[in-house]
Amino acid sequence: MSSQPVSVKGSGGAGGAPLRMLWPFALALAVAAFMHFVVGPNFNGTVVQVLLFAGINITLAVSLTMVNGFTGQFSIGHAGFMAVGGYVAGGLVYYLSARFFDSPQIAFHGGILSAGADYRPDPDHPLPLLSRGDLIMIGSCLAGGLVAAGAGYVVGLPTLRLRGDYLAIVTLGFGEIVRVIFQGTGPQVLFTKAQEMRDTPLHQLAWKLGGAQGFNFIPIYATLFWVFLLASITVAAALRLKYSSPGRAMISIREDEVAAQAMGVNVTRYKVRAFVLASFFAGLAGALAALSIGQMNASAYGFIKSFDFIIMIVLGGMGSISGAVLAATVLTILPEALRQFDSYRMIAYALLLIIIMILRPQGLFGIREVWELGPVRRLLARAGRGGSAA
Amino acid sequence: MSLLVIDNLQVNYGAIKALRGISLKVEPGQIVTLIGSNGAGKSTTLRAISGLVKPASGSILFEGKPIGGAAPHKIVRLGISQAPEGRGIFANLTVAENLALGAFQRRDAGVEADREKALGLFPRLRERFQQNAGTLSGGEQQMLAIARALMARPRLLLLDEPSLGLAPQVTQTIFRIIRDINASGTTILLVEQNANMALDVAHHAYVLEVGEIVLSDAAAKLAQSDEVRKHYLGVG
Repeated sequence: MSSQPVSVKGSGGAGGAPLRMLWPFALALAVAAFMHFVVGPNFNGTVVQVLLFAGINITLAVSLTMVNGFTGQFSIGHAGFMAVGGYVAGGLVYYLSARFFDSPQIAFHGGILSAGADYRPDPDHPLPLLSRGDLIMIGSCLAGGLVAAGAGYVVGLPTLRLRGDYLAIVTLGFGEIVRVIFQGTGPQVLFTKAQEMRDTPLHQLAWKLGGAQGFNFIPIYATLFWVFLLASITVAAALRLKYSSPGRAMISIREDEVAAQAMGVNVTRYKVRAFVLASFFAGLAGALAALSIGQMNASAYGFIKSFDFIIMIVLGGMGSISGAVLAATVLTILPEALRQFDSYRMIAYALLLIIIMILRPQGLFGIREVWELGPVRRLLARAGRGGSAA
Repeated sequence: MSLLVIDNLQVNYGAIKALRGISLKVEPGQIVTLIGSNGAGKSTTLRAISGLVKPASGSILFEGKPIGGAAPHKIVRLGISQAPEGRGIFANLTVAENLALGAFQRRDAGVEADREKALGLFPRLRERFQQNAGTLSGGEQQMLAIARALMARPRLLLLDEPSLGLAPQVTQTIFRIIRDINASGTTILLVEQNANMALDVAHHAYVLEVGEIVLSDAAAKLAQSDEVRKHYLGVG
């Protein structure tokens, strides 16, 4: 990207540091814009929906990689953090939209970036790129991510001293607690009159998240743009982390916890950091999931959902970010593609998993990235030589 | 002033008393060795110094400061690093990444120079620099464990059974390098079952038996003593 020499310790020129910080985000924006403006309009609603789920699942799988892959902790509560983010963001967007746009009819107020794939520009009423509704949405998503990160801290700090099976049980319990808590919230407030909506104080609405009936009618803001913006940022952040000193510290914990301690790695601190970071991204992904289907139902976020993400990262190779991306994409699209086999599709899906695990128990890419694998590396080297010779 | 002073150190694993009040000193610039049979408490002593186990009682002073019971990452920062028993290398990381982790606590500019120095001591590691550490031979892994511990630029280097599971010739090489490391100014506390080799390189030695120090003397003298020759050197 920049022609500056790459410094080993990140202690390069003062001008190089901000540039190196920013270009992944520029790339993420480009990917998101490409998905939204180029890919989206060329496919029907069903395909777009599958792509949305793929992007959300990529975010979840990559964020789980930070915990299960990097630090080697076995968390099976990832769906719980997703639910926290989804409820917080969904609730905020719903109730804030009512209050802010002063209408009991909760409606979509987004700009072009949040307009669905079926949106066709109307020259008489052009949509802005970003509208006030989008700002509410972005704020709500960030709030969802932050609350999920907070939950990650609260769960992580006491439990990350545990190892292996014990941590798995605690995170399993956390996921179930989250589910039960949201199922115990009060009924969703469906405003019928503008006056009623204006008179209800916001804090009274905080707990009205629909309970067992679920939380519905959330305006749909999540588009390919936002979903792939988040997915790209998550991937960029995870890659950055993996090749940084803190990331190496996390991986050393997975490799040998005692040796990591002997190297001076504060093991508990790095486990908690990885856990909080993963929870943050899971919360954001949960927020976009809620804003893409327009509803939240806690029963869909139990440990079975958590296992979906575990399967993705085990298949991709624990600790491999490109592996997680590939596995999340394939495992989202595959069940849809197998739909024609109908009742056999879950069997085919399970069989595929078994076969891959027998043939490649370390996952597709192991802990390495696809470009670090021997054959790919040789191919890249040959291409590089060929390119310079030509 | 002694670099390390341990006084009446006791360590328990549950109901088992692993160390029953040991006292020892390490003078700067020396190689001090702890020898003794399996389960005597040699590794436990090192683990207590590096903070991996908490002492039940007694004191550990490093450069006059009490460090007993401090967290391992704080002890590394003070200048003590360890090549743990069984090497503890990060098998799925490359040699380069393992060495970088050895310098994890350091923020100074000398890291690269120290890596060159470590690779100079262990040329085999330079050949294997981008290879996963798990693919190295046992001897190379031990070299990596020592090189990695050196990356912390320790004033006291703790070596736990560097000869474990290695062929005699490889052991010889490793001990020659241990001597070189010491000659360039690093104080070493060496735990060994191979008493012959250990007494050969060390200045001072302690003999540990079931959690207690039973003998302490200059290494050369201990190597001559009848008791040590009979019990630990397999002669006489």
